[in-house]
Parts: sequence; structure tokens; C-alpha cells
Amino acid sequence: MAPLIELNHVRHAYATASGPVPVLDGLDLSVNEGGFCAVVGPSGCGKSTLTRLIAGLLIPDAGEVFLHGDRVRGPRSTVGMAFQNPVLLEWRTILQNVLLPLEIVPGALKGAAAIDRARSLLSLVGLEGFEDKRPSELSGGMRQRASLCRALVHQPEVLILDEPFGALDAFTREDLWQTMHEVKEKEPFTGILITHDLRESLFLGDQVVVLSGRPAHTQFVLDNTRSHRPTLDDLYTPEAAERLAILRHQIEIAQGRIPQEATT
Amino acid sequence: MSPTLRKILVPTIAVIIFLILWEALVWAMGWPNYKMASPSDLMPAYSRYWELFLVMGWQTLWRTILGLLLAIAVGIALGMVMGFSRTMRDALYPLLVGFNAIPKATVVPIVALMFVGAHDFNTVLIAFMISFFPIAVSVSIGLSTLEPEYRDILRALGASQTTIFWKIALPKTLPEFFGALKVSVTLAFIGTNLMEIVSPHGRGLGALFDSGKTNSDYPLMFAVLIALAVLGIFLYYIVVALERVFAGWAERQAA
Repeated sequence: MAPLIELNHVRHAYATASGPVPVLDGLDLSVNEGGFCAVVGPSGCGKSTLTRLIAGLLIPDAGEVFLHGDRVRGPRSTVGMAFQNPVLLEWRTILQNVLLPLEIVPGALKGAAAIDRARSLLSLVGLEGFEDKRPSELSGGMRQRASLCRALVHQPEVLILDEPFGALDAFTREDLWQTMHEVKEKEPFTGILITHDLRESLFLGDQVVVLSGRPAHTQFVLDNTRSHRPTLDDLYTPEAAERLAILRHQIEIAQGRIPQEATT
Repeated sequence: MSPTLRKILVPTIAVIIFLILWEALVWAMGWPNYKMASPSDLMPAYSRYWELFLVMGWQTLWRTILGLLLAIAVGIALGMVMGFSRTMRDALYPLLVGFNAIPKATVVPIVALMFVGAHDFNTVLIAFMISFFPIAVSVSIGLSTLEPEYRDILRALGASQTTIFWKIALPKTLPEFFGALKVSVTLAFIGTNLMEIVSPHGRGLGALFDSGKTNSDYPLMFAVLIALAVLGIFLYYIVVALERVFAGWAERQAA
């Protein structure tokens, strides 16, 4: 089976006043259908650039990005995105915010069917009863839940999450991790998650990719497939501690704190 | 007390207290009405000239509104150009700031000479020139400070620039726009009156003020000032009502 998301030797640089600044160089990534890939790496290593490449908002200077075997040449409506900033539209109610993609995507659900779809997603993430509230009336965690519904409402093949839980407090974050698993069971998607949190990457990802420092290449891939849906307790097992230590070690290499030779 | 009643009663009482203090001040200082007219001098002026007040007031009002509508159209257009293009922003900002810094009183005679006799046009033009700047600036700032994520959310779905403008950029800019419009409303009145006072066409409340001056009818001059204030309040609250309809979401809910 061909992977749903595939990046081959992707290279990308940003044009600045003092010449091009390379952010990605030699990045490989492959996510199978239904997979959930967590991407970690040092700050400023180009993780957000990666999401924009997959979303088709950027075209790489070299290398290829494939979705479903098709070369990505521009934005496509089969992608859903959520960011650290939930960017809800303050002038719309929560329900209207979730409906936004359906107004844009051609051939999407309309009218009552669209509203039913949005309502069922909102109740899936625990926002039942908040449909008619304004975003300003919700807490940070609830806004992020609404943002997640908006990213999923048009049933995208690929869900791109760019540090969506980064600005939340620890307990709210853990709540949302569990919500992610619940959502994924009922609304299957192929996901890519950018994060700074190694425990988050282990809890959510069935694959954890460590990017090197700038310009980033794929430095390490951890297979984190599990037989069952993880619980928070699973994060405190010896096996989890071992995987965490491996990731920690790889991040230190990526940050340049220990030389590459130190690995096996 | 019901909140609606309170909303009307509190400002009304404030106005009455203001009038009483004004009357008391004039009485206590023993000022003659050519130095400072008192509220009790105003009523005779209104009852004597009420027809003139209606006719002139209407002239001032429609020309102010027309000037303001022009300012909204041009202000939004300029704001959009500057908001979407960095180059245009860099190019136009100094020009606009310079133009705004010129006192419009000095422009009045130039405009009056340039379009001799076109009194209505000139008045609308000055009202427009004095009031478009805040609108242009607020719209351009609103558009240029739009967080990139807002654009990305829609762009990632393949939305066009026009869709992004209508769905996100425009509504997001509305609170700033209405904030500027509240400033522009009062500015437009200043512009209209500048022209009416200077121009010898005898139209508008400004002309009525001027005739009060030539005839040494001081209570009339004060009566015009109050009439202008009333018109200003009237237009201001129309803007507030529109703001509530189109940008009410930006208002903080009372705790």
C-alpha cells in the first residue's frame, strides 16, 4: 500500500533580504492511511514549514510531496488544519465557525445536513450546548476543541495539527490528548502532529519523527505502534520511559548538544 | 429601574444638570448675553427662527452625510489598497499624513476659488477631505494586521482571495472601521461648517451662525452651536446603532 502522505528529499529555503535561508534539506516522511505521525525537533527547525508544504500552501524548492500518490501543487480541500492559535472567527458562533470549511469546499454538505454534521462533531469533543456561544465566551481548551471540529468537518483525508495544544495548561492538554484518540476512533483520519512535547508525541503518534536542526532533515524515526488505545497511565510505564529517553537523546543531537557519533 | 429606562434617564438628567449649571454660572457672573448667552436666552432664538433652523439644519445634515459617505467609500478603498500591498502602504502613508496635517481651514478658500459658485459641491468636498483619513488608516491597519493563520485556514481549502476578503478580512476589520467612523462623523461636521461660515452662499447652520454674528444676535449664535451639537449627537448614535448591528460581536459582554 502506498503511503497517504509522502515526502521525498524535500528541500526548501525562505527568501530574505540577505539571501535565501534554507529551512528544510533532505526531509523524508511517510505516513500510511490512518496513521498518526508526530514530528518533533528543536525550535525553529522548520516544522511549521513542513505543515505548509503538506497543505500545499508552499511548494518545495526541490523534492516531492505526495498525497495519495498525487504530487501536491497547491492547496486542496482534502486537508484540515488546526494551529496553536485556534483562530476562531469572533463574529461567528461556535457552530458557524465549524461550518466555515463547508461554505468553501465545493460539493460539501449544505443546509441541514451540514448543521447536523457540525453538531455531531461538537458533541463528540464535548461541546454540546455551546453551539450558539461566541468564541470569546469559551475557555482556551474549548476553543481548541472547536478549532479541531472545524478542521474535521469536511472529512479531510489529512489532518494537520501545528502545535494545537502548545498554549494550554497541562491538565487541559491531557484532556485533549484523550479527546484526540476518541475522535480518531469515530472519525478516522490520517494525521500529522507538530509538537514540542515529547510525551505528547508518544501518546498520540504511532510514529515519531525527529527532525535535525536547521536546515532540517529526517534524523530519526521511532516506531511507536501500539496494540491498544493508550491511556495516560501508559505514559508512566518503563517502556514509555525508555522511548522517551531515546527521543530525548535524539533531540539533544538535533540541538547540537552532543555529537552525531554518540549514536550507535 | 429597567435598563432601557436607565439608559435614557441617566443622560437626560446629565443634560439637565449641565443646563442648570450653565444658567447658574451666567447668572452668578452677571454676564450680558453678548459675552455668554444662557440657556434661557436660547429658547426665544429657537422659537423666532425655528423655520430657518429646520431648513439650514437639513442643509448642513445632508451635506455632512454625503461628505461622510464619500469619505467611507474613498477611505475603505485607500485602506484596502494600503492594507493588501506593502509597497502602496509605504508609498501612500507619507502623502496621506501630509495631507491630513494641512489645516482644512486653509484649504477652504482654495476650494472655494477653485470651484466658484459650486457651494454644495465645495461643502461636501471639505466634509469629505477632513474625515476620510481615520477611515483609511483604520481599514489599512485592520487588514495588514490580519494574522497569517486566518488566511491559511481558508487558503488551505482552496479559497480565493475574494472569498478570504469577504469571509474574514472584512468582518475582522469592522470594529476598527466603526471606531474610526465615530471620529469621522464629528470631523465631517467641522468640515461642513467651515465651508458654510466662510462661503457667502447663506446656506446651512454655519451661515446662520455667520448672520448671527453680523447682526450681533448673540443668543442666535449660541443657539446654532447647540443645534450643531444635537445634530452631531444624532449622527453619532446612528453610527453606534450600525456598529451594534454589524460589529456587535466585538463588544465585551457585561460581567
